[in-house]
Amino acid sequence: MEKETLLWEVFVRSKNGLSHKHVGSIHASDKMMALNSARDTYTRRNEGISIWVVPSHLITASTSNDISDALANSENKIYRHPSFYDIPDDVGHM
Amino acid sequence: MYTQGLLDHSEETEETPEFLAAFQKRIDQEEKIEPHDPMPRAYRKTLIRQISQHAHSEIVGMLPEGNWITRAPTLKRKAVLLAKVQDEGGHGLYLYAAAETLGISRLEMTEQLLKGEAKYSSIFNYPTLTWADIGAIGWLVDGAAIMNQIPLCRCSYGPYARAMIKICKEESFHQRQGYEVMMTLAEGSKEQRDMAQDALNRWWWPSLMMFGPPDTESSNTDQSMKWKIKRFTNDQLRQKFLDAAIPQAKRINLTIPDKNLKWNKKLNNGRGGYSHGPIDWEEFWRVVKGGGPMARDRLRARKKAWDGGKWVRDAATAYARKVKR
Repeated sequence: MEKETLLWEVFVRSKNGLSHKHVGSIHASDKMMALNSARDTYTRRNEGISIWVVPSHLITASTSNDISDALANSENKIYRHPSFYDIPDDVGHM
Repeated sequence: MYTQGLLDHSEETEETPEFLAAFQKRIDQEEKIEPHDPMPRAYRKTLIRQISQHAHSEIVGMLPEGNWITRAPTLKRKAVLLAKVQDEGGHGLYLYAAAETLGISRLEMTEQLLKGEAKYSSIFNYPTLTWADIGAIGWLVDGAAIMNQIPLCRCSYGPYARAMIKICKEESFHQRQGYEVMMTLAEGSKEQRDMAQDALNRWWWPSLMMFGPPDTESSNTDQSMKWKIKRFTNDQLRQKFLDAAIPQAKRINLTIPDKNLKWNKKLNNGRGGYSHGPIDWEEFWRVVKGGGPMARDRLRARKKAWDGGKWVRDAATAYARKVKR
């Protein structure tokens, strides 16, 4: 049976000043091929000025459980938000 | 290999009533479901089937139009058609990638298509006989596809919805270029007008069939609506398409090949809409089951491309191994 080519995740920076954003994935056997294929697949209309490709298996991802624990933890810390503090209106903008 | 890390999803969801209710609640609250999230097996299976069929349709859909690239009447039309067919290839790839997040590999999907086990839109089993067919496909077939695809941008499964947003943005030029081809022919010589009308005659009914069987006979609609994979029923989408396409045909003085076409004041909650004559569902099922005039050619062409590309894939893999060392 034929072997599947490597899967890569594609990230595109649409313009300077913005971060790279995940746009999808492609198959390629090496990094040059991955870059070329990402360009042809995801940037046919000037969508970006820079592309990152990362082999999907090298990305370590959280599970939804990890994340909900982390969120629960920060939900207790409402004092991290400016709206937690009562400042009289006559103090002016702060 | 790709099932590690990013795409590591467990399919060991135990489908207790509590789990199913919690999942439905997420859907009802318009939350998006992402690849890592636990989901009912049937939700995953429905999406794999729908997204892979959609991807295959994009890829097979390159064939009827590709047929006219070398014979496009002007350089402009040729450049446009090339760009359109290239987009369809891209759309197929976005969709295969979206389906892969559900735990099926692109290779498996490709093999299902080549073995004739997977379906694709039966519209592509009709032949493109004249240049006007390229106009009719862009206008009607892409027009019908857009009707279907716009609600899919709000599909509950995140990767599918995101792929559809990109596809819809790119697709709108497809319909406009097709209508422009038809408009140019319709304003041309008598032969050109006749050619445009003939293409409309042949593509009209298959385009209406693209929305699938009527709601009374569509087996998957209810559950898909509940899971917000689908947002409108087949008949609702077909109605939207009719109401949009009929004035467009009138505008360029072409005649819709349906003697029973009528304005019906009661449709669309009293706003009025067009009602159409009976659709030949026997033809639809015959073509779905592989009876279209081009069914064999389409699969043969896909198989030829896949087999012909094997040495390239092998060489690329060998090269990657060599540079790694």
